[in-house]
Amino acid sequence: MTSTVKPESVALNRIGLSKADYSGSPSTLCNGCGHYSIANVIISAAYELSLDPTQIAKFSGIGCSSKSPAYFLGRSHSINGLHGRMPSLATGATTVNKDLVAIGISGDGDTGSIGLGQFKHLLRRNVDMVYIIENNGVYGLTKGQLSATADLGQKLKHGGLNEMPPFDLCLEAIIAGCGFVAKSFAGDPKQLQTLLKAALSYRGTAVLNVISPCVTFNNGEGSTKSYVWGKDHEIPLHEISFIHLEHNEIQSEYEPGSIREVTMHDGSIIRLKKIGQEYNPTDRMAAIKLLEEEKSGQIFTTGLLYLNEKRQTLVEHERLVDIPLTHLPDEKLRPLSASLDKINAEYM
Amino acid sequence: MAVIDSMAPPTINPDSQEEIINCFSITMATVNGSGSQTANNTLLRAIHKMGVPVSGKNIFPSNIQGLPTWFTIRLSKYGYIARCEQAEILVAMNMVSISEDIKKLSSGGICLYPNEKELPVKRDDVTFYPMPVNELVARSGADTKLRPYIANMVYVGTLAYLLNIDLKEIEAALSYNLGGKEKAISLNYNTVKAAYNWAEENLTKNDPFRISRMNKTDGTFLIDGNSAAALGAIFGGVQFVAWYPITPSTSIVDNLSEYLPKLRREVNGKATYSIVQAEDELAVIGMVIGAGWAGARSMTATSGPGLSLMAEFAGYAYFAEIPAVIWDVQRMGPSTGLPTRVAQDDIMAAYTLGHGDGRHVCLIPASVTECFEFGSTALDLAERLQTLVVVLSDLDLGLSLWPTKPFEYPDKPLDRGKVLSSEDLMRLNGEWKRYADVDGDGICYRTLPGTNHPEAAYFTRGTGHNEAAAYSERPEDWSANLIRLSKKHDYARTIVPAPVVDLIDDTEVGLISYGSNDSAIREARDLLDGAGISTSYLRLRALPLGNRLSEFISNYSRIYVVENNLDGQMHSLVQLHTPADANRIVSVSKCDGLPLTASWISETIIKLEAEVKL
Repeated sequence: MTSTVKPESVALNRIGLSKADYSGSPSTLCNGCGHYSIANVIISAAYELSLDPTQIAKFSGIGCSSKSPAYFLGRSHSINGLHGRMPSLATGATTVNKDLVAIGISGDGDTGSIGLGQFKHLLRRNVDMVYIIENNGVYGLTKGQLSATADLGQKLKHGGLNEMPPFDLCLEAIIAGCGFVAKSFAGDPKQLQTLLKAALSYRGTAVLNVISPCVTFNNGEGSTKSYVWGKDHEIPLHEISFIHLEHNEIQSEYEPGSIREVTMHDGSIIRLKKIGQEYNPTDRMAAIKLLEEEKSGQIFTTGLLYLNEKRQTLVEHERLVDIPLTHLPDEKLRPLSASLDKINAEYM
Repeated sequence: MAVIDSMAPPTINPDSQEEIINCFSITMATVNGSGSQTANNTLLRAIHKMGVPVSGKNIFPSNIQGLPTWFTIRLSKYGYIARCEQAEILVAMNMVSISEDIKKLSSGGICLYPNEKELPVKRDDVTFYPMPVNELVARSGADTKLRPYIANMVYVGTLAYLLNIDLKEIEAALSYNLGGKEKAISLNYNTVKAAYNWAEENLTKNDPFRISRMNKTDGTFLIDGNSAAALGAIFGGVQFVAWYPITPSTSIVDNLSEYLPKLRREVNGKATYSIVQAEDELAVIGMVIGAGWAGARSMTATSGPGLSLMAEFAGYAYFAEIPAVIWDVQRMGPSTGLPTRVAQDDIMAAYTLGHGDGRHVCLIPASVTECFEFGSTALDLAERLQTLVVVLSDLDLGLSLWPTKPFEYPDKPLDRGKVLSSEDLMRLNGEWKRYADVDGDGICYRTLPGTNHPEAAYFTRGTGHNEAAAYSERPEDWSANLIRLSKKHDYARTIVPAPVVDLIDDTEVGLISYGSNDSAIREARDLLDGAGISTSYLRLRALPLGNRLSEFISNYSRIYVVENNLDGQMHSLVQLHTPADANRIVSVSKCDGLPLTASWISETIIKLEAEVKL
């Protein structure tokens, strides 16, 4: 199976690239793996937003999810680092080159277990990147052990009975200070793509917790990380649409009062149409309450759970020069000899 | 492995009263947290300014307040600045350690103590001078909070009188150490003068010790290795620093934080660097490698436990070939060990850090001058070799004040290594392979993220890869890659700082050492000369070891590798480097938390040499 787009699609986007220019190497994931559809959503979103793939950097840790950056955006640099430590690599790279569009891919083991510390500290610093958790509640690459997001009471053939409560990574993200927290489902590519586009426009860390079924080890009926369960239980919070600043798409008409529009820092607009209950994603306590309620009720709410654009990013905090540090000429890096003379004189 | 203890005191005849000028040690025994640092550094700087070679070593506890601490100033008209086994002069300000402190004092030495305290022990061979500390502190009118600090000025004034230290130099040194703050200077200096006057009126000098002006420190200043390292990195163009606080490396980052805002901000106040305090050393090294991968000159500073935590990423940097620099200011291990005591015990750990095959380039500075130099050398080598470079400093070098000539501005431009730009890629029609050894030195070309060319990107991974950076489990790809990395390591041998060698004709004995031992070795060689053993000396400055070392070893019948760790870690590496000569290479090692002394080194070698002659 490959994520290469068929040759007949020759349409070009605003920067003259075809969708194929956003593809990656042939995938080695299992047939039907949720990660595969996420890879395709990333390809489509980057193509449709006309992002320059050479200006994107991909980051990942270790696990099935972390292998997947090889299968999309082949024209983008990628670094597949150590287990649970993608956040620190991304922090270093994006700080020294703030122009990179950074996409991190992680899994529930990589983020929720070995990398929980780095994940939360990344959010605390508000590193400017999209952080996608491909959450399947299981260790796939080591063949089926329980992860920290596995359901309470869940039974796995290899992992046995899970008697520990799961971490809700969206809740962890909100508590750590993250200003863009969304949940989605690999079986709902339309919503996922809209959320991903919004996340790419967000200034700061945008967390997308994507339930991505593991067809080999955790797709049973009892699992909340399975396709069947997801399809049966998904309750979108809103009908969500994203209008990119530079696209000037025709805006469809909505009944007054049913629409909540959020203008992003770059001018793009997230439009949320009320479906059922009233939900305000800028209300942090409401988001926490919703997620706490989900824990007991076995509900699977998807969409933009929390949005706050007010926090400064790490690069803003560091008050860096306007061009990326990596673009500075060498003469900007070594102070003049007169400065050294002055220091020598001060010590003398 | 030779571990021989030697505590033979240099005897001074108290009756002879022949003056001992500029050749003794003074130990200030105080309680940590009592603010004695200003007093001690003032004395040190004043003596240095009188032209007398000095060094100052702080033996302190891993504690904020209340435990004993000792600061020893050694003066030597011969320029010996290593630690001595014993001091001749004791300033006994700490009533908890005073009995032990007096016992350790050299015979014929002197002891200054607060006169309001009862001396717990007496020694007939020591001259005791009381100081009216409380009385002079009360008279100073200092605020209660400041009194412990002012108390230290009493011994500064008393010593100034007894040893003939120029008060003008004391005043100037106080001004330097108190950052020119007038009120603080006058409060402190008035107490120094009061103590000086009291001593002049009330004490009869009955000892041979005196300081006399020389001209041996002209054109030099005192600085600690950590400050020098930070300045070196700044003039080496460091762009990114991640760190986690750990003794004794923290002051490298303190200095970066102090100087970078002054030296590397644009007119609009915006920074051309970034310093990030991470959540732990696992994240530190991840950030440093991430920044290095993206194309920034990137470093951290840590010590043993931090280095251990960085191990997995160190192997990653070696294998994925990403530039990064770690300054490891070594302290005593294993484990938490003694965080405030010195050792050279991370040699093996640093060289082979991480699992699997692989070795790292290590630089070993011996002086504050080299700390400055290696600040930029390390960043250059990391980018040139696309690998991790560990700089192995240590607590004694990093935290003690050492003399240096003014730092020299680097004479070579920054070495940014083999990086292909988008223009290069156009010229190559986009045909390049990340891990292809085009030039035959084992170093491949890399591109940086954000390079605007459709063929610029590659996939960086710690998993097996072929020349094109694609995942590969093929045995031939794996072995070819590892062999090339080994070839790169061999190339590194030829470009890392070469050993510094002092060859003596007609001797059978060669000494090998490294790092902060240098001053003790130089003094030990003079002592050995005096005992009829002349020695050649090779000082290693880097790993991997090279040809110059092999040649040196081939010239001598007996080689002693002197170092401050118990296992003889460098000794083992030297033996591995020249296996045919291994039986002639002897370890002279010791690890007790203190810098090596010349007397221990020379006496150990004298004994070993005597065994050879039997």
